[in-house]
Amino acid sequence: MDAAAVFERTELGRLVAILAADGYRVIGPTRRGTAIVYGDIAGDADFAIGLIDEQEGGTYRLREVDDPRVFNATAGQTSCRQYLFAPRQRLWSAERTGTGFRLAEDSAGAEPPLAFIGVRACDLAAVGVQDRVFGGHYPDPRYMMRRRRALIVAVACARAGNTCFCASMGGGPEVGPGHDLALTELVDGGRHVFVAETGSERGALLLARLDPRPATGAEIAAARAQTEAVKGRMGREMVAGGPEAIRANPEHPRWHEVAGRCLTCTNCTLVCPTCFCSTAEDVADLGNARTERWQRWDSCFTLDFSYIHGGSVRKTAASRYRQWITHKLSTWWDQFGMSGCVGCGRCIAWCPVGIDITEEARAIRDSQ
Amino acid sequence: MTAAMRDPMLPRPFRIEKVRRELSDTFTMELVPAEGGGFAFAAGQFNMLYVFGIGEVPISISGDPGDGGKLIHTTRAVGAVTRAMDSMRAGDVVGVRGPFGTPWPVEEAFGHDLVFVAGGVGLAPLRPAIYQAMANRQRFGKVVVLYGARTPDDILFRRELERWRGRFDMEVHVTVDRGNPKWSGNVGVVPNLIAHAGFDPLSTTAFVCGPEVMMRYTALALEKNGVGREGIFLSMERNMKCGCGLCGHCQWGPHFVCKDGPVYRYDRIADLLAIREL
Amino acid sequence: MPARKPKLAVWKFTSCDGCQLSLLDCEDDLLAIADRFEIAVFLEATRHRARGPYDVSVLEGSVSTPHEVERVRDIRRQSKFLIALGACATAGGIQALRNFRDVRGFLDLVYARPDHIDTLPTSTPMADHVPVDFELRGCPPSGKQIVEVLGAYLAGRKPVVPGHSQCVECKVAGTVCVMVNGGIPCMGPVTQAGCGNLCPSRGRGCYGCFGPMETPNAPSLAAWFGRLGQDSRDILRLFRNYNPETAAFRAESERHG
Repeated sequence: MDAAAVFERTELGRLVAILAADGYRVIGPTRRGTAIVYGDIAGDADFAIGLIDEQEGGTYRLREVDDPRVFNATAGQTSCRQYLFAPRQRLWSAERTGTGFRLAEDSAGAEPPLAFIGVRACDLAAVGVQDRVFGGHYPDPRYMMRRRRALIVAVACARAGNTCFCASMGGGPEVGPGHDLALTELVDGGRHVFVAETGSERGALLLARLDPRPATGAEIAAARAQTEAVKGRMGREMVAGGPEAIRANPEHPRWHEVAGRCLTCTNCTLVCPTCFCSTAEDVADLGNARTERWQRWDSCFTLDFSYIHGGSVRKTAASRYRQWITHKLSTWWDQFGMSGCVGCGRCIAWCPVGIDITEEARAIRDSQ
Repeated sequence: MTAAMRDPMLPRPFRIEKVRRELSDTFTMELVPAEGGGFAFAAGQFNMLYVFGIGEVPISISGDPGDGGKLIHTTRAVGAVTRAMDSMRAGDVVGVRGPFGTPWPVEEAFGHDLVFVAGGVGLAPLRPAIYQAMANRQRFGKVVVLYGARTPDDILFRRELERWRGRFDMEVHVTVDRGNPKWSGNVGVVPNLIAHAGFDPLSTTAFVCGPEVMMRYTALALEKNGVGREGIFLSMERNMKCGCGLCGHCQWGPHFVCKDGPVYRYDRIADLLAIREL
Repeated sequence: MPARKPKLAVWKFTSCDGCQLSLLDCEDDLLAIADRFEIAVFLEATRHRARGPYDVSVLEGSVSTPHEVERVRDIRRQSKFLIALGACATAGGIQALRNFRDVRGFLDLVYARPDHIDTLPTSTPMADHVPVDFELRGCPPSGKQIVEVLGAYLAGRKPVVPGHSQCVECKVAGTVCVMVNGGIPCMGPVTQAGCGNLCPSRGRGCYGCFGPMETPNAPSLAAWFGRLGQDSRDILRLFRNYNPETAAFRAESERHG
């Protein structure tokens, strides 16, 4: 951490106001019913203060705590993906003209730029993964536009959740690159401050508009120690050799065992912050005079996903589960030079029957 | 920057100049850009073809890469989109996105015997490579075409095959799975043609295209007859929605068939072919 | 393009009329449908009735009387394209609950003169009697999907009616999972999407009114329901309500009752 600054907790509301006045749509962790999701933040009161999450396989609950900490919860159901990689978006529309047609392209330009406050290390790492996926030889112009315009204020986690394993995936808990500002929230005694580190010029300019002062050595050490302590409190772990064992065993009996539990419901892929699969749907009006192509999130767990003439390549739940976990942990490396998994644990909590990616990896590795 | 680079999901309108019926369920379209400009591609590549209001499918290009004026596609009418294309006429417009994918490495095979092995409509994605080879005929040793169809009525590009067969610098063998009373040619599967074809396995490059099971058995037969794995190339097929590496549908092990393929060197994928439901 | 408009016929069998009502609820799209089709039969909308053959027949309701068995075969003979609409036509409907009992017991309870009633022991889907060209699920089905199927028929396009689970609709909408977050049993993971995320978005568990998704794993979900504190009776009712006559839901319900 170099040249870190500090600003008071009370400046957070001003940060939101500054961003809103600058024209950003501010997104942060907010309470929705009995869960915390990324949602619109209009002011300080919208942050999910005084709540922590308790997660286990197939279970997510909130508990009220008497704690002034603003960013106390870990990963919820949604991630930045909900905003950067839109669940549904129109790609283009077309109108019939005689024997031909005329196209009108949709862009993401009309949307307000996004400012995320409270992005965890795992979610920031996931944004980095999707940057690589969507920024390839044929970049996705809609994602790239939203991403370029997005401002990210990351926050280092002060606690690890029961389903977290970012430490063993290299996705955290330290905040990695890609942020404009990275904050560590320090709460002790009467002190409640944010130790801030800039990651871009835009972040530095933003920080200067709050009321920052240089961080003391003690504050920097406290911030570092807090994050370091989180490493040892992860609820789960991806064992070494797990991804390799999965890759090497496409016919392992474990695939059939997990298939007995797997619902092929697609939840793991849709809560995963790095999953990028989509499908295109062509819809038209009844007269077939005007048509639209829509893109929406898709999942390798559906039958349609692998359908070629004659049928789906991956018919069984076993082959689909194998595809997902092998891609996420192993073949993603071949494709993008990094892991597809950041260790956020969402797939464990939000699997309706609590299938655990770390447990499956361990089971296959241990059976070697 | 081309429109494709700006947004690879936008189709480019092409007008149909001619439609030719090849077989009862197979047809060829000749397309030209509706708004001018040319079209360049390499043998083995494919386009995403769009029919207004119906949908889009990946279809291999089946024309001559040396002829930049026309874009030619040959396909079977098997689903809503291809059936809609089948009833389109000259003057109608389709959308084109592409070309995508890896090509047949024709130039890398210079100096070798070149063997094309095709099954059914698999002859269509190979035809551009055959054209390219014949345009550079003196760069190769023997040129052999081995083709198998279900029945004599399913022989694709029959007249062209007969013309090639009549040349002195090309060897063509055709077989059918099932004959009929008028057929006196070979009966049997395509791999059976390999042993008697006149190519030098130690100096051969083979391009194989057809149903996956046919390609697997053909590759095994080629290997058995002495062709090295690094000399055999297959064209794989998977579900495609974007054609350009973004939607994830075409994944096969670590590969995106739309950009790492569809043409693959056999030694690099032999182990993947053995895994069921991959 | 043929000059005449394709003939559309809408038929009622054993049903509550809700599916026909869904079609009427399409408002402006209904006008567009009337513009593109000749509405030959649609008793809930008009008394006018034209003779067959029909290009498209939409069947609402299940088959529960001997007369209906003949009617459905007759309609099949006269129709080029046959759509089974709604839970009754695709899965027997809630009246198929009688398939697990002796219907004569119900007749005695309900009717003063049960001997006047001519009914089959079972209520069954259309596909048990005739080949069906397309099944639109739901109780009631989605007006948007009805319009999509009719539009796709006119264009020759494959209808966009995915067979994946309701969970996709929740996650795309950003709805927080009622089961993971609230412990509420939810049939979403085994139920086909299409309703527009109606129940979970209101904090209620999906009860499967669109019937089984493409590859349901009912035993796994039922086991989880047990862990959530549901007893056999609860689980039975979750799998046996509006879509009892589907292989997956029927089999699972029988494991608990």
